[in-house]
Amino acid sequence: MSVQVMIYEGPRSRQFQPSTRAEIFRTLLDKGYAVSSVRGEVASVPASTVTLVLGRFEQELPAGHDAQLQMRDVDGLGASDVLSLVDQVREAAAVPVPGKWKPWFPVIDYKRCTNCMQCLSFCLFDVYGVSNDGKIQVQNQSNCKTDCPACSRVCPEVAILFPKYRHGPIHGGEVNADDLRREAMKVDISALLGGDIYSALRDRSAKAKSRFSKERDEDRALKERLNCLNKLQQEMDIPGEVLAALPSIDEIRAKAEAAKARAQAALAGTQAEAQR
Amino acid sequence: MNPDNRRILYCHCAYARVVPGEVKQEVLTKLAESDLTFDAVPDLCEMSARRDPKLKELADGGAVQIVACYPRAVKWLFAAAGATLPAEGVEVLNMREQPAAAVLHSILGAAS
Repeated sequence: MSVQVMIYEGPRSRQFQPSTRAEIFRTLLDKGYAVSSVRGEVASVPASTVTLVLGRFEQELPAGHDAQLQMRDVDGLGASDVLSLVDQVREAAAVPVPGKWKPWFPVIDYKRCTNCMQCLSFCLFDVYGVSNDGKIQVQNQSNCKTDCPACSRVCPEVAILFPKYRHGPIHGGEVNADDLRREAMKVDISALLGGDIYSALRDRSAKAKSRFSKERDEDRALKERLNCLNKLQQEMDIPGEVLAALPSIDEIRAKAEAAKARAQAALAGTQAEAQR
Repeated sequence: MNPDNRRILYCHCAYARVVPGEVKQEVLTKLAESDLTFDAVPDLCEMSARRDPKLKELADGGAVQIVACYPRAVKWLFAAAGATLPAEGVEVLNMREQPAAAVLHSILGAAS
């Protein structure tokens, strides 16, 4: 459920001052409300939305209340008063405060994607899934770790976008020859850590365990682990908080194996389908 | 509805600082001060994640100008919400790359 605000300037109403109209738009958008300008008939209202029509009405508004479609006369109100009014309507309708979640998640460019499932195998947070017809999909956007673009770095086709990322082509800019060359030259993540990423983590963990048992040198093992994490952080632009939040090695192993199995099953399914 | 039946969608990219603030503010101010009707949304990414039905309505409704970010990102954000943008009649204006004057020129015409 969300609130949709309409700034009405149609028949039986007076226009807003252009600067006031602009200020109302800006104030409401900054707080996460969708706003439309309407000069004619108010379009049909979707059931999942509380639509609030604001205007400088020439006639008194009819009494009574429709919870889904509400009208308010805001003649003489400034942008901050309008915002308070919209907040009140939202609270009364038990609509959550907008903007609690920063919408950071991968978007797949299917024109480039080859359905290799590397992203599914790589992501530890179950962001990816497979559709009924065996196609890779982003299924759990809110599981994605804010500001972490790591899966786009493992994609061999530059097919994963993060529209809010700082740099191209991950932000959605066109993929040029240089990007492709970089991809081709990119020591794949495997090479970066000498095997697949989770294998590398496992190997290092095993070596660290072995050292623990032989040397009981906790400091050295910790240093080793930090080196590994620093490499990951630098090469893949993974935020420190994400690395700090990684599950234990055993959980990583279990998740990686489960994801790999899902990817293989999906690929086997699509291959079988193609052969029919 | 605008005289040429074109719809305009403005994305405020409210939850990130990747669109230059001055571009966003100038485009929004001039757009809101004009006589054009338009839909302004706080964040297209958030709408896509929610699969907001408004995206399908926009994709299926004829000529539209989308004032947001990179065309490739916009195209696939719509697609992710089950709203495939048609190959024709859609113009994406990129506030991350284009100056406000160029965006406004495309929306408001030479008068801007």
